[in-house]
Amino acid sequence: MASSPSRRNFIRKTAALTGSAFAAAGAARAAPLPVPSTNREPGRIIDEAAYGMPSKFEGHVKRRRTDVLKNRQNLSDWSMTPLQHQPGIITPNGLVYERHHAGTPDIDPKAHRLVIHGLVKQPLEFSIDDLHRYPSVSRFYFLECSGNGLTDWLKPASTTVQQTHGLLSGALWTGVPMSTLLDEAGIDPRGKWALLEGADASAHTRSVPMEKMLDDALIVYAMNGEALRPENGYPVRALLPGWEGNISVKWLRRIKIGEQPWHFRSETARYTDPMPDGKWRQFSMVMETKSVITNPSGGMNLKGPGFYEVTGLAWSGSGKVRAVDVSFDAGKNWREAKLEEPIMDKCLTRFKVGWNWDGSPAVLMSRAVDSNGYVQPSVQDIQKKRAIVGFVQHHNAIQPWSVNAQGEVRNVIGQA
Amino acid sequence: MSSARRRSLLLTVVATACLAACANLGGGGGGMAAKSSTGIPLGASGPHDVQPLPDKPRFGKAVSEADIAAWNIDVRTPDGAGLPPGRGSVAQGREVYAAKCVACHGADAKGGSVYGTMVGGIGSFKGSPRVLTPGSMYPYAPILFDYIRRAMPMDRPQTLSADEVYALSAYLLNLNGVVPADAVMDAQSMPKVQMPNRDGFMIDDRPDTQAARCMSNCK
Repeated sequence: MASSPSRRNFIRKTAALTGSAFAAAGAARAAPLPVPSTNREPGRIIDEAAYGMPSKFEGHVKRRRTDVLKNRQNLSDWSMTPLQHQPGIITPNGLVYERHHAGTPDIDPKAHRLVIHGLVKQPLEFSIDDLHRYPSVSRFYFLECSGNGLTDWLKPASTTVQQTHGLLSGALWTGVPMSTLLDEAGIDPRGKWALLEGADASAHTRSVPMEKMLDDALIVYAMNGEALRPENGYPVRALLPGWEGNISVKWLRRIKIGEQPWHFRSETARYTDPMPDGKWRQFSMVMETKSVITNPSGGMNLKGPGFYEVTGLAWSGSGKVRAVDVSFDAGKNWREAKLEEPIMDKCLTRFKVGWNWDGSPAVLMSRAVDSNGYVQPSVQDIQKKRAIVGFVQHHNAIQPWSVNAQGEVRNVIGQA
Repeated sequence: MSSARRRSLLLTVVATACLAACANLGGGGGGMAAKSSTGIPLGASGPHDVQPLPDKPRFGKAVSEADIAAWNIDVRTPDGAGLPPGRGSVAQGREVYAAKCVACHGADAKGGSVYGTMVGGIGSFKGSPRVLTPGSMYPYAPILFDYIRRAMPMDRPQTLSADEVYALSAYLLNLNGVVPADAVMDAQSMPKVQMPNRDGFMIDDRPDTQAARCMSNCK
């Protein structure tokens, strides 16, 4: 296209304006930006074969053992995902939270066997190679420990979102539908429950209603595009979408079909919820709808007034996240946040909302609504129905973070 | 699998799906209505998109229950189904405990270097703190057998004999005042022990909260 005089004139004017605007906006640096040394020397060579690791400057991004409730041994213990450092909805395998009851076994996949027996037409044994031969499915699901948040109900004990909510991860799980293998064994019509048992030193065991086994339960051997990590169940685990993490039994070695639940220690003395009048709620498997703001979150410092993108995670064990509302005034007024695609069933969903902080104290909260219309409760809402005494499981209450005039962000659960 | 069996499985699946759909329709927008036949809330039940494929291959190898005997260690704790032969007394349990448990659990099971008390707490659930022990918490005595056999001692699980597990169970139940000092535990006596928390449990009845989606001037 030929340049007309008027167009040349326009370009000159624009350039002049832009240049003067830049000159007016920024004071000159003390020294001009130097050419970095990485521009002037070659980088590292490509290794013949290697498993890539994060940048050495990201060493602070670590899964961490609980340091709020310290266990006296580290075999039955847990480590938490650094959600404050996780963009998006997928947790890298090295950061997926851990909860074991007797340590991480290192299982040789060639020696491992999975058996299905009990009330079946034909008891069956599967090698890991056998499992890999079935038509596979890959699905995005969150995984959350029923004990996530148990240290922080009525007053703050934790500092960071890693400590308050880090027993939560999101991953792409690959394996075989549980129903495929159960169908092959042939379930006796009397079989209403299934026992899942691990090959670890706790032989961790849970009872699962048959409906869940046949609905969306998976036998999983890979996550996020590679084999399961040892601490997450290598070489094979169960994955019961949306249900409390410990029922997705890791290092799965045995499935037994029965008429009734077994009422193991892990479903009576543990993972049950205190209720009024000294009672306990049992078989509370669904992880109810929940959300948390991950940025800004506890332990962070805002760098002065101005624009911040407030973002966090929302999830539901019973469907999709329909909406997330964010409050900046301790729950008096709420704004609907933007949900980032993809929004998937029983999966982490990322929400975002812009915030111009004026520098005055604020209390930030998020509140999720799921596809059933269920609204995430406050601690007070839950307290009306359950007994909050001791370390209580199944905590899905709204998490408040306070920001003071200095920009310091603090956990204020139970205070706001 | 016979075609009749396949039809029956399909029917079960369809019935489950229908149950879930109907329950959701009737739920008045009230959330997680689908429940199992035994009353356990299942959460949202669809889409049923991981059902078995019609022409799938079959790679399972037939085994017999005898092949799996060493793995078949579960006890159905309400009636004790699966409890093995063997027996153990309170006195024998005291000896096994001193040899294999006391280092972590402490003298008289009152708490040690690794774990808190396994004694007491009966009657504590209406106050705070609730003290959770096998005596106060377990609704069925055979839970002790199942758990000790599969998971204890922590450094050498699945090494105790059935007699030792029965004896340890008797000892711990006696320390909790649930059985007398001359009690002997075996497959017959253990399911008959009346545990204080036998009726302490209720099936999940969530969603139990009724939060409203207020947007302005709330509280």
